[in-house]
Amino acid sequence: MYAYDALDDRLVRERAAQFRGQVARRISGALSEDEFKPLRLRNGLYLQLHAYMLRVAIPYGLLNADQLRALARIARRYDRGYGHFTTRQNIQFNWIRLEDAPDILEDLAAAGMHAIQTSGNCIRNTTTDQFAGVAADEIEDPRPWAEIIRQWSTLHPEFSFLPRKFKVAISGSPNDRAAIAVHDIGLSMARAPDGGTGFRVWVGGGLGRTPMLAEAIRDFLPGEDLLSYLEAILRVYNAEGRRDNLYKSRIKILVSALGIDRFRELVEAEWALIRDSALRLNEAEISRIRAQFAPPAYEVAEARQFAARRMEDTAFARWSTANLFSHKQPGYAAVTVSLKPAGGIPGDITANQMVALADLADEYSCGEIRVTHRQNLVLAHVRQDRLYDLWRALDSLDLATPNLMRVTDIVACPGLDFCGLATARSIPVAQRLSERLAEIDERHDLGELTINISGCINSCAHHHVGHIGILGLEKAGAESYQVTLGGSSAEDASLGKIIGRGFSADEIVAAIETIILTWLEQRRDGERFLDSLRRTGPAPFREALYGQD
Amino acid sequence: MPLIDYGNGNPAIADDAWTHVADGAALPPDRPATISLERWKAERDGLSGRNLPLGVRLESHERIEEILPDLPRLALIALDFPNLNDGRHFTTARLLRERYRFGGQVRATGQVLRDQIDLMRRCGFDAFELAPGKDGASAAAAFEEISVVYQPAADTRPTAAQRRNRPPEQAVAG
Repeated sequence: MYAYDALDDRLVRERAAQFRGQVARRISGALSEDEFKPLRLRNGLYLQLHAYMLRVAIPYGLLNADQLRALARIARRYDRGYGHFTTRQNIQFNWIRLEDAPDILEDLAAAGMHAIQTSGNCIRNTTTDQFAGVAADEIEDPRPWAEIIRQWSTLHPEFSFLPRKFKVAISGSPNDRAAIAVHDIGLSMARAPDGGTGFRVWVGGGLGRTPMLAEAIRDFLPGEDLLSYLEAILRVYNAEGRRDNLYKSRIKILVSALGIDRFRELVEAEWALIRDSALRLNEAEISRIRAQFAPPAYEVAEARQFAARRMEDTAFARWSTANLFSHKQPGYAAVTVSLKPAGGIPGDITANQMVALADLADEYSCGEIRVTHRQNLVLAHVRQDRLYDLWRALDSLDLATPNLMRVTDIVACPGLDFCGLATARSIPVAQRLSERLAEIDERHDLGELTINISGCINSCAHHHVGHIGILGLEKAGAESYQVTLGGSSAEDASLGKIIGRGFSADEIVAAIETIILTWLEQRRDGERFLDSLRRTGPAPFREALYGQD
Repeated sequence: MPLIDYGNGNPAIADDAWTHVADGAALPPDRPATISLERWKAERDGLSGRNLPLGVRLESHERIEEILPDLPRLALIALDFPNLNDGRHFTTARLLRERYRFGGQVRATGQVLRDQIDLMRRCGFDAFELAPGKDGASAAAAFEEISVVYQPAADTRPTAAQRRNRPPEQAVAG
């Protein structure tokens, strides 16, 4: 994985020192809160309901074991002994004191990390497929390109005060595991007829109040032109995007107002003027960065022991069916470490678990850990003949729930328990649901079925693209949960549709249970919930939930 | 209000030689003056005889493209930041320097704070009217805080990638 050189290192240290000065000026009163707010946001510091929250960047979700240990130290020393992984592949600490924040940034810098641009109206952490570099269906490893974007977007002087936040995702595979259709810019790796690497470019996707799927703006962009094309899109957006209304400021609103054809014309006209400039990537720099993502030295592993263990131990067999992803290297597998135990808080992890997992990463997976946009972790390079030992170790840490992409693998934002923007709680709903649904899944083998719960319209948990989406609102002083069905963020991306009136906090678990039991009556030979729903439409569910009215 | 002048490549607290003239007010007979874009468009022909430097002020929604043919007549473009969130003129400044090759002063006005001026400088601004009450001398230290840049911009500082991929002898010298 990418290791900072002296320049990268100097920048994050200088940035930490700069923020120390800004915090000192805030505490002395030289900076007002209004003046300080955009500065702290660009360093990942939010003011929540009970304390400051610090969101640490995990570029494209990739960590080494020592970085995970550094996060554990921060959780113990400055927080309450845990952290929360987010849908942008980052981690949040919920109980931070303002005066500690500069020390934390300095500790992060020492570990080759930062919290730059994890919030604010600027270019956020670029996300990608958690199986990048190991997936057999990949055109090319997207992570070198994500690192190139990380560097280009870091402290970009022109695009630090955009109309609104801006998110980029890259998929290396046509099977989209990076949800590129719901990003401001989505990049899908592609090959030119002559074999050269590049991207298909999408623009204007996003969730929030006005969910939209991205539209294709360019069929093929040569890799060397990546930054000039991104700069052209951002420049058009910075100049033309609305700034009069917070809810209409994302690029998706601009793209839909102009129409994709007009927007494309503007971008292409700008690009023509900057394509041949210092933004063009030179082969030496691409190679330097690519070399750091070279595959680890794989050993020759044999699969017989794995098959035998699966026969012997049904719990292991169940976990290995649910949580393994096939690796392009024979004899290896990529393991998803579930952070979704029944009744647990999705994405939460204790400092003790972080340290233990860092040790397991060193022992079993080349010292590398990945964060998924569904709030789980991945050990990407595990020998199949060692899976059984790893599983036992994970199980003893309560990190081996066999539920990847299943009904209890719930994605949830912090909601009203922490977040100042939330209109309803999401965590307790996720906890009650996962307890209840674990039993139903055990009995009926529900297969792939995703549930996403957002505590407000900002949709941090991406409820529009959950097969079942739950949106917590506030109605007349009480929490009300609106249910959408039929969303997907995969290559068959679709936005869920509201099924009907909302449910109270007391009703919501039973309502989801009714939906699932209704589906089981309709289900044909093991089909997915999403496929049944696309076949039957919403009518049976509506009738079961609301009767004939 | 404090003015930081970066025109010589070093920040200096400067006395402001310029006067910002409101629409309808008379231009001073003996000082350089700026006027609004609207006024410039209305009066530019009548101002052709004036022998003192002239500048034009743009609000954040106004486009420099409206007066490109006039740039050779102008010694200063003042770009206004009405609040901390409106970043449109970061783009305007880069276009002025990099695309339209404007050689006069590009000045930031309005809500200009210490913690934005280094980014502004990278976009081509070379004069900063700090918001009222802000200390210019301490603000100038902001230019020294971050020494590594990742992206090419109007300041033409070598980027990290350029520094990494220099021929070895230059890397030693640099």
